[in-house]
Amino acid sequence: MPRKTMIESIRDAMDVMMERDDNVVVFGEDVGFFGGVFRCTHGLQAKYGKTRCFDAPISELGIVGTAIGMAAYGLKPCIEIQFADYVYPAYDQIVSEAARLRYRSNGGFTCPIVIRMPAGGGIFGGQTHSQSPEALFTHVSGLKVVVPSNPHDAKGLLIAALEDPDPVIFLEPKRLYNGPFDGHHDRPVTPWSKHELGEVPDGHYTVPLGKAIKRREGKELTVLTYGTMVYVAQAAAEETGIDAEIIDLRTLLPLDLETIVESVAKTGRCVIVHEATLTSGFGAELAALVQEHCFYNLEAPVARVTGWDTPYPHAQEWDYFPGPARVGRAFVETLEG
Amino acid sequence: MSDDSLSEFGPLSLHVPEPAVRPGGEPDFSNVNIPEAGSVRRPPVDANPEEIRDLAFSIIRVLNRDGEAVGPWAGELSDEQLVEGLRHMMTLRTFDARMQIAQRQGKTSFYMQHLGEEAVSCAFRKALAPGDMNFPTYRQAGLLIANDYPMVEMMCQIYSNEKDPLKGRQLPIMYSSKEHGFFSISGNLATQYIQAVGWAMASAIKNDTKIAAGWIGDGSTAESDFHAALVFASTYKAPVVLNIVNNQWAISTFQGIARGGAGTFAARGLGFGMPALRVDGNDYLAVFAVAKWAIERARRNLGPTVIEYVTYRAGAHSTSDDPSAYRPKTESDAWPLGDPVMRLKNHLIGRGVWSEERHTQAEAEILDTVITAQKEAESFGTLHAGGKPSARDMFEGVYEEMPPHLRRQRQQAGV
Repeated sequence: MPRKTMIESIRDAMDVMMERDDNVVVFGEDVGFFGGVFRCTHGLQAKYGKTRCFDAPISELGIVGTAIGMAAYGLKPCIEIQFADYVYPAYDQIVSEAARLRYRSNGGFTCPIVIRMPAGGGIFGGQTHSQSPEALFTHVSGLKVVVPSNPHDAKGLLIAALEDPDPVIFLEPKRLYNGPFDGHHDRPVTPWSKHELGEVPDGHYTVPLGKAIKRREGKELTVLTYGTMVYVAQAAAEETGIDAEIIDLRTLLPLDLETIVESVAKTGRCVIVHEATLTSGFGAELAALVQEHCFYNLEAPVARVTGWDTPYPHAQEWDYFPGPARVGRAFVETLEG
Repeated sequence: MSDDSLSEFGPLSLHVPEPAVRPGGEPDFSNVNIPEAGSVRRPPVDANPEEIRDLAFSIIRVLNRDGEAVGPWAGELSDEQLVEGLRHMMTLRTFDARMQIAQRQGKTSFYMQHLGEEAVSCAFRKALAPGDMNFPTYRQAGLLIANDYPMVEMMCQIYSNEKDPLKGRQLPIMYSSKEHGFFSISGNLATQYIQAVGWAMASAIKNDTKIAAGWIGDGSTAESDFHAALVFASTYKAPVVLNIVNNQWAISTFQGIARGGAGTFAARGLGFGMPALRVDGNDYLAVFAVAKWAIERARRNLGPTVIEYVTYRAGAHSTSDDPSAYRPKTESDAWPLGDPVMRLKNHLIGRGVWSEERHTQAEAEILDTVITAQKEAESFGTLHAGGKPSARDMFEGVYEEMPPHLRRQRQQAGV
C-alpha cells in the first residue's frame, strides 16, 4: 500500500471528494494557485479549475461567512484557516452561525462545511503559530471537532467530515505533517514513509467521526489523548516501562465515551494529555466524564499533563511542550500515588 | 498627560459625533439634502461604476410632493402592481400594530416593528424572482408579507406555540423560510451580509441564474462582517445586491456614529469599485425601480451593487425600547421623506385608481384578515398559554443525527 505524508493524505482526501462531488469547493488564503503554505491543496486548482479551488482575501470571517452562505445554497465548502491561531476573527461566524443554523431554522437551512486548520506546537512557532484552540470549539453545541494523528486517519476522517451533514472543525497537528513526533526534539525526525500509519489506501474510504481507537493495549493505566501527544504518550510508556493503554480520541465532539469508560474501568487509572493550556481545556471535560462514569473504578486521581497556562512561548518551546519526560512522570505518579 | 510636550500644536481632543437634536429640542432635518423627485439620472445597468459615483451622494426619488411619478426611474409598475404594493405595506403595518399589542398583552416576549420602513422590504421583494435568496435582518418582514408567506405561521413563530415552524427555539420575529427566499435570521448583527455574498458566489460557481440579497442596517455597517462582505463581493463579482437600510437610528445611537466621516453609507461601496446607489426608502416606486436595476445587473453577471435606502425608524427600536429618552418625540413627523403608505396612497388617488373610500375599506379588510389569522394562531397557543413545542424539540436538530451525549441529556431531562 502506498505511503503518504499527512499533507499528501489530506490533499488526497480533498481530491477524492472533489472528484466524487461537484459541490465540494476548496478555498482559503494561498490555497489556490500556490497550493497552500503547507502544500495541502497542491494541484487541486490545476485539476479542478479556479471555481472549485481558489484563493481568498485575508479575512477569516469572510472565508467562513461565505462558506456558510455557500453551504446554505447547497455546496460543501472545505475551507482553510491558515493557522488555528488565526481563527478568532471567524469565531462569531462559527459559533453564532455555522453551529446553530440547523437548530435555529429547524433544519430549513444546514451548514455542511469543513474548516481545516493547522494547529499545535513543537515547531518553534511562538505565540501565533502553535496554539491548540480545540476547547473553544468543543464548548459549542452544533459543531464536530476532529484531530487526526496520522496520514491514514487524516484522509479517512477528512472524507468522513466532508460527507457529514454538519459543520466540522478539522484541526491538523502541523508537527505531524511530515512525520510522527514523540517530543524528542533532539533526535532526527522519522518520515511517514517509515511508519505503518503512513499507509494510505488510494480512493475513497472513511474513518468514522465519533470513534476513538486504542493505539496501545495496556493494563496499568489509561491515557486519553489526541494529535501529537499520541506519540509522546507512546514514548513515555516505552521509557517508563508502564503498561499504559493509549487511546487516540480522534474526534473530541462527539466523544467516544464508551471506549474511554471501558478502558478506565479496566485499568482503574487515567492520565489525560494535551498540548493546549490546562485551565478549562478539553482535559477538564475528559476528567469530569471519567469521574462521573468511572468513580468506583478509580484507584488514583485523574491526572492531566498539558501545556502551561501561559501564551505559547518561543525560546522556552521545550519547557512548555508536554514532552515524554513530563508525561512519563505523570504515569509514575498515577501508578504509585 | 505629559507636561513636557514639545508639540507646537495645541492638545488633541476626541471628536464624538452628536445628533442635531435631543429630547426637548425641535426636530431639525435641514442638514438632510433631498434632491427633487425625478432629478437623478438613470444609468444603464452595465454602467461602469466609476462613471456613476455621483449616485452614491444623491437620492433617487420618483414620487414628487404632489404625489406624481416623475423622472427616469418612473413607469416600472402597473396600477395593479402598485395597489398590491400598497396593500402589502398596509398589511405589514397592521400586522406590526397587532403584534405590538399582543406583546403588551403578554402573549409573547418581544416584537420589533417596521413602522415607516414598509416600502423597503415590500417593494424589494417584488423585484426578485422565485429562487432568489434574501439574507434579511430582523426588520424586513415585508419580504415575507409581499411573498405570500402565511401570516398564521409568522404569528405562530412569534408566539412560540405548538405550530411554531421553528419549534420554539428562536426569539420572536427571527423567521426562516427557504421556500420563500428568506434566510434564517440570526440575533448576531451583520453576520448574514457576508453569507449572502457566499450564497451568490455559490450560484455563480454552479452557473445558476439565481441572485442573493444581503440586508443590513445603518448601525451594523460598523461590524467587520460588512467590510468582509464588500471585499468578497467586489473580489469575486458576486451576483448580490447589498442593501443598507439607513433608518437614522441604531437603538439610541444616531447614524453619524456608524457613518463617521463618510459622506453617505452608499459611498462605502465606491472604494470597493461597486456601483452604489442611494434611494428614497419611503418611495415605493423608487425602491422598486432601483432594486430592479441592481437585481438585473446581478443577474446579467455584471456584479454586485450597494444600495442605501434613506428612511426613518418611526417606531421604537423594539418593544424593549423607549425612543423618547434619546430623540424628540415629534421627530418622525418632521422626517422630510414622509410616510411610505401615505405617499403611495396619494399617488394612487392621483392616478385615479384609488380613493379615500377604497383605502378605508382596504384598512378594514386587512385588519379583519390579520385578526382572523391572529385568532387562528392563538388557537395553537401563545408564549405562556395553550399549546407549546415539546421539550423534546429542544434536543432535536442540533445535529442531523442526535449524538450520544445529547441522547443522555434528553433522558436526564425526562423527555
